[in-house]
Amino acid sequence: MPTSIADAATAKPAGAVQIVGQHIVEIVSDSGEGAQTCGQMFADLCAHNGNGIWTVEIIPAEIEPPSRSRAGASGNRIRLGSKPVTNAGDCADVVVALNEQVLYSRIDAGALHAGTAVFVDRTWAENADEAVRRRYAEAMEDFARFGYAVVEVPIEAECRKHTDDPKKGKNMWVLGLLCALYDLPDAGVRDNIAKRFAKKGDTVVQKNLDLFADGYEWAIAHVERRYRVPADKRTQPMVVMNGNQALALGVMAAGIEVCSMYPITPATSASHFLANALQEAGGFVHQAEDEIAAIGFAIGASYAGKTAVTITSGPGLALKTEFLGYAVMTEVPLVVIVVQRGGPSTGLPTKIEQGDLLAALYASPGDSPKIVMAPATIEECFYFVITARKLAEEFRGPVMILSDANLATGQQPFPKPQLRSSWLAPPVDQAPWDSTVPPFAWDAETGLSRRPIPGQRGGEYVLTGLAHDQASHVAYESAINQKSMEMRSRKLAVLQAALRPPAIHGEPEGDLLVIGWGSTLGSIEEAVDELRSEGRLVSSIHLRFLSPMEPGLKSIFQRFRKVMTVEVNYSDPIDAPYITPEARRYSQLAQLLRSQTLIDIDCWSQVPGSPIPPSRIAAELRRRLELQGKEN
Amino acid sequence: MQGPRHEWNAEPPERNCTLQDYQGATARWCPGCGDHAVLNAVQQLARDKQLPPEKTVVVSGIGCSSRFPHYMKTYGFHGLHGRAFPVACGVRSRRPDLHMFVVTGDGDCCAIGTAHWIHAIRYNMDLTILLLDNNIYGLTKNQTSPTTHIGEKSNTHPRGNVLPPLNPLSVTLGITNASFVAQTIDWNPPHLYSTIRTAYEHKGTSFVRILQRCPHFTAHVFAEVQQNMNQVCLLTHEDGIPLDAQFQRLFPNRAMHNPNDLPAARAMAQRDEVYPVGLLYRNESAARYDLQTAQGLGKSQAEKMAATEKWLSRFEL
Repeated sequence: MPTSIADAATAKPAGAVQIVGQHIVEIVSDSGEGAQTCGQMFADLCAHNGNGIWTVEIIPAEIEPPSRSRAGASGNRIRLGSKPVTNAGDCADVVVALNEQVLYSRIDAGALHAGTAVFVDRTWAENADEAVRRRYAEAMEDFARFGYAVVEVPIEAECRKHTDDPKKGKNMWVLGLLCALYDLPDAGVRDNIAKRFAKKGDTVVQKNLDLFADGYEWAIAHVERRYRVPADKRTQPMVVMNGNQALALGVMAAGIEVCSMYPITPATSASHFLANALQEAGGFVHQAEDEIAAIGFAIGASYAGKTAVTITSGPGLALKTEFLGYAVMTEVPLVVIVVQRGGPSTGLPTKIEQGDLLAALYASPGDSPKIVMAPATIEECFYFVITARKLAEEFRGPVMILSDANLATGQQPFPKPQLRSSWLAPPVDQAPWDSTVPPFAWDAETGLSRRPIPGQRGGEYVLTGLAHDQASHVAYESAINQKSMEMRSRKLAVLQAALRPPAIHGEPEGDLLVIGWGSTLGSIEEAVDELRSEGRLVSSIHLRFLSPMEPGLKSIFQRFRKVMTVEVNYSDPIDAPYITPEARRYSQLAQLLRSQTLIDIDCWSQVPGSPIPPSRIAAELRRRLELQGKEN
Repeated sequence: MQGPRHEWNAEPPERNCTLQDYQGATARWCPGCGDHAVLNAVQQLARDKQLPPEKTVVVSGIGCSSRFPHYMKTYGFHGLHGRAFPVACGVRSRRPDLHMFVVTGDGDCCAIGTAHWIHAIRYNMDLTILLLDNNIYGLTKNQTSPTTHIGEKSNTHPRGNVLPPLNPLSVTLGITNASFVAQTIDWNPPHLYSTIRTAYEHKGTSFVRILQRCPHFTAHVFAEVQQNMNQVCLLTHEDGIPLDAQFQRLFPNRAMHNPNDLPAARAMAQRDEVYPVGLLYRNESAARYDLQTAQGLGKSQAEKMAATEKWLSRFEL
């Protein structure tokens, strides 16, 4: 038996290698079998190979759900391509499942179609439990009926040659299988395995290398159709990471020293990263007693001179809203990162939704204008934090970054950022303050002002959430409240004046303009490109600033016959009972745009808990265009 | 005790702060409110310690007593109801150079802010917490607070409070890592001053509950205590709150109490026939979170960039 890839490669291959431009592969297992690790390592390999990738984690709701259960599927989807990949795509081309039950959950999620190659562990066919054997047999019948190209693989049996505990080894075996399946060079992969298991000792490293080699060899010998996704040679240094890692690195690159948080899915992994790394950059992560304390602590640190970040998700945002309003009222710089998940209430804690846009803008008492940004790619997750800190300080107030679960766990390569010292927060100003300048010396035009920081002699003042005048004295006259509200609001208009109109994807006029925000960028543009290739006059724009919005929207909208948003949040379907144009509740960005532009902007939004695939968007856009054709 | 702490010499000090240098806006508390006495004591302490006003920060929540920062001419943070502690901890986390006071009330600390109270005590950052406890919500006009006595009538319990009051001392003494717990009264300025001073000098979180008269809503509650000083028990010990003998005589009821003895402090806090005043507990060796959070303060821009580059490179292809 060959023990290395080199040996395996000399074995007679069972089938030919097909060249493809892009492919989607999923690996799913029970929780704890390492499918996520396998998926991440495979994605890394593809990225190293120079392929574009986008990954999506498949996460069960519980840490250790019952084995062989549909809802317990855990794993990863990897879309790899010759060109950069911007979204998770449509149906999978290949799925590897360590048992047939977890595969059902992917079928239920619409992740497969007729023709998908399914590799399933056939160990269950020989299970001691008759019920397990029966369910497996039934599943094989189902899968054949659904039209999948099923390959029953002796994964467990093969693994038993190397380990007594195959539950802990199958993932490396499958990694070997995938490498062979995608004709990937083994450069680096053995090092990766060695590094990953180094702490567990040489025996474990060797065992995993053997498992990998065995999986590779098995695939070469038995799989009829293999693939190659050609990759260009890299011309610049690249990094690959997920959105939460990018946010965390952005925090470091921005020179933020205080991250104050409370654990909440799917935001926490950003803080996990910082808990390891931030100390080396001179900062720390404060795990507060609750979400309110987390933002309170951050505001305290910001007030004392160190603009801080607090990282949360929707339910945490709900708890923070009183303090958010306070930061607006008192003009304390602050970066608030919200990694959205499904709501309302506990909702879908591990799943994707863009449901917190209006909460981000409005969920504070009174008028609390604040800056809200939404990165659309992993790369933007990194850069937006740097921008957010600067805006928070220049415009003196909280800046919110709305990410979501899709960006949080999705991996994508991007050019390695060249760090700059100008991104870092300057040292805390402790020079004496001109005591004739009040703490809120609002510029009459812009509303902007500089703030004194404790330690600055002559700048002593009391920050207060009460209505206050320029001196931060409690306001007892009604005109002061009017004036200060105006000044805080003016800042958003000033920022808008500094922004550029959004770029239009496609022609600047046509039949239909699609508007998106956040992680849907890739899916929307792919759908738009598909329709354009059919000769349809469709374009799209993608907003990065939600408050204030980028300028020039109205004049862009006016050049299209129909304008609609595509969002991952709830709106009433147009053809549902009782839903009239008056009764219909629109998706969140659509509501904002309608009120902002007085244009009859339509929307299509869905809350499946997963990214909306380009094909579904394309299908809906076609439907809308046809409806529109009938109306005219 | 007045003047900066340096060797005596004939040169006039570069800077000498007088009481006026700590006096902010005119206090708008009711005449006869105990808060005035606490404000005077803190300003006097700042003067005596010559705390630079620009290096002094008073953080508060919401309530009558939380207006406190407005009446100081230092930096101040008049925050949200119940949330003074997390803000103060955030300020302290990166500013070991500041002198910090936290002013809170019985509603602010013991009701809406209870979670933060427990954890602030546990964090044990260098903060002087003054709990101005008047047994009532004053600013919102006479509602029962957690420390309101059973049977007391208020706008929310017009037939009388049905529950026994929460004891802020025994609660605080039950929190792991508590390092300084004292009680004093607003109507004895020397004891009030000495307690706040000792609390300020303690390195860590010092928690001082001040029995504070509210002439408007709970005048009778403390008037009784004030008239019958037997309801107060002065705690004496060489490690306790220093108080001149002439002032000690004002307390007919005195008890020797060792502030290093936690079980004794807990027993003392739970006495319900008297209010123990003085230092109940002090532990100089309790872990201090602010010593952790202030690490890395001196890192240069170059060091920060090098660390970021190192972590960024881990993702390089």
